[in-house]
Amino acid sequence: MNSTWSRFNIVSVVLGLSFLYLPIVILVIFSFNASKLVTVWGGFSVKWYGSLFHNQGLIDAAWVTIRVGLISASVATVLGTLGALALTRYTRFRGRMLFSGMIFAPLVMPDVITGLSLLLLFVAVNLDRGFVTVTLAHVTFTMCFVAVVVQSRLVSFDRSLEEAAMDLGAPPVKTFFQVTLPVILPAVISGWMLAFTLSLDDLVIASFTSGPGATTLPMKIYSQVRLGVTPEINAACTLLIGLVTLGVIAASVVNKRREVQRRRDEQAAQRA
Amino acid sequence: MSSATASVETSPRQDADASILKRLSLGIAGRLVIIVPYLWLLFFFLIPFVIVFKISLSQTAIAIPPYTPVMDFSDGISGFLAPFKELSFDSYIWLTQDALYFNAYVSSLVIAAISTVLALLVGYPIAYGMARAPASIRPTLLMLVILPFWTSFLIRVYAWIGILKPEGLLNQFLLSIGVIDDPLIIINTYKAIFIGIVYSYLPFMVLPLYSTLEKMDDSLIEAAKDLGCTPIGAFWKITFPLSLPGVIAGCLLVFIPAVGEFVIPDLLGGSRTLMIGKTLWKEFFSNRDWPVSSAVAVVLLMILILPIVYFQHVQARTQERGR
Repeated sequence: MNSTWSRFNIVSVVLGLSFLYLPIVILVIFSFNASKLVTVWGGFSVKWYGSLFHNQGLIDAAWVTIRVGLISASVATVLGTLGALALTRYTRFRGRMLFSGMIFAPLVMPDVITGLSLLLLFVAVNLDRGFVTVTLAHVTFTMCFVAVVVQSRLVSFDRSLEEAAMDLGAPPVKTFFQVTLPVILPAVISGWMLAFTLSLDDLVIASFTSGPGATTLPMKIYSQVRLGVTPEINAACTLLIGLVTLGVIAASVVNKRREVQRRRDEQAAQRA
Repeated sequence: MSSATASVETSPRQDADASILKRLSLGIAGRLVIIVPYLWLLFFFLIPFVIVFKISLSQTAIAIPPYTPVMDFSDGISGFLAPFKELSFDSYIWLTQDALYFNAYVSSLVIAAISTVLALLVGYPIAYGMARAPASIRPTLLMLVILPFWTSFLIRVYAWIGILKPEGLLNQFLLSIGVIDDPLIIINTYKAIFIGIVYSYLPFMVLPLYSTLEKMDDSLIEAAKDLGCTPIGAFWKITFPLSLPGVIAGCLLVFIPAVGEFVIPDLLGGSRTLMIGKTLWKEFFSNRDWPVSSAVAVVLLMILILPIVYFQHVQARTQERGR
C-alpha cells in the first residue's frame, strides 16, 4: 500500500497508540507520587523506589525470575531453533503433523491448561516443585515462540549458500555454524529475547509449577496486587518496564546497524 | 557430494568412502535436529495432557495431595495399566450437576467472542492506518505496537485497576469535565474484562492484520475507483475480503487464549464475574480438587480443540505460501 495517508488514518493510528500507551504512562507517573493513594497526586517523590530496595522478598523474587529467565530462554532458543530447522528442512518424516501441531498449539494454549498439565507431570515423575520445574515449564512454552520466529527467517533463507558450502566440502554441522547460523542470527537473538520476556512475564504457569523457595516476581507482584494498588508496586513495575524497553531498543539499534553493515558489504561486493 | 579438489587428490574408492561418511553424518545430524525438540515436546507437552486426562478420570480421594504416585512405572507396563481399572467418571458427572461449570464455559465463550469482535473493530483502523503510513515511518509504528507486548501482561492489566476504580482516574476525569454526575461502576464488572482483553490482546490483532494489509496491491482499489466504485464500496468489495487471512489469524490469536484467560477476570472482573480459567484456578488452588480441575481442563481443551486445529492449519498454510 502506498497511497495517501489520510486524516482518518492518522487519527486512528494516534488514537490506537495512545490507547496502548496511556495506561502504562499513568502507571509510571504515579510511581513518583508522594501520596500513598495511587489515584491522588501528592507531589513528586522517589521514596517508593527507595523502599523497594529494602523489600527483601521482592528482591529475592526478582533474582529467581532473572535466573529462570536466563536459563530457560537459552535452552528454549537451542530447542526452538532445532525445531524450526526440522520444520523447514525436513518436509516429510514420520509424525511431522504431530510435531508441527506441538510447535503451534502452545502459542494459543490457555496458560491454565499448560500449567496444570505440567504440574501433574512433575508430580507423576516425583520431581519436587521449585526452581527446576519452573525452568522446565518455561523452556517448554517459550521454545515454540522461538521456533516460530526462527522458522519465519528460515523460510526466506537462500539454500544455495548451504549447498555451496557443502559442495566445497564443509560437513553439515560446520555448514550450519559457519553459513546458516550467521544469517539467521538476528532471528535467533530476537527469539531469545522473546523467550526471556515471556518467562519474565509469566504468572499462571509459574504459579502452578513453582514450589516453596522459588517465588517469581510476577507471583510476588500478583499476591500484593490482590491486596490493593500501592505506589511501591507501581515503582517495581516501572523498573521492569524501563528494563524491557531499554532491551528492546538496544536490540533494534543493533539489528539496524547490522542491516546497514550488510548493505554496505553487498555494495562493496558488487563494486568489486 | 564429491568436491573437485578431493577427487584429484584421492582415489575414487576413498572418495566414495568420504561421501558415505558425509551422508551418514548428515543423517545423524538431521535426525538429532528432529529428535531432540520432538522428544522434549512429547515429554513436556503431550504426555502431560495424557496425565491430565488420566487424573480427571480418577477418584477424588486417590489423587488429592499428599501426592500419591499417579502411574507407578516401577512395575513396568502392569503398573502403568493398573490405574486404568479404577476409572471413574465422577468428576465429569460433577461438572454436569453443578450449573456453575456450564455457566462458566458459556460465559467464557461469550466474553471471548465479544472481546474478539471489539478487538477487531479497534484493531482494524489502526492496522489500516499503519499500512497506509509513509513507508519510512512504518517500522517505527510497528515497533510502537509491539513494544507494549514486551512489557508484562500482569503490569498492563494492573495499570487498569487504578484507571477504572470508582474513585479512579477515568471517573475523576469524566466528573471534572461534567460528562457524568455519578462515578461509573466499571471495575468488577464484565465491562472491565472486555476492556482488559481488548487492551492486552490488541497487538495480536493488529500485527496479522497489518501484515496482510501492507502487502496489498493498491492498483486494485484504484481500478475499482476508476470503474465507479465509491471508496467505502471499494473497501468492502476489495480491501476487506483480501485482508481476511489477517482477520482470521488475528481473531484466533485473540479468541483462543481469551477463553481460558485467568489474570484479567481475576484482577478486573472481581468475584462476581464468571470465567472458566478462574474456576479452574479456584478449583485447584482453593478447593485442592485435582480430579475436578483436570476434568475442567479436559473439557476446556475439547471446546478449544477445533479452533486450535484450525489455527495450526492457517499457520501451516501461511508457511507453505512463504516458501
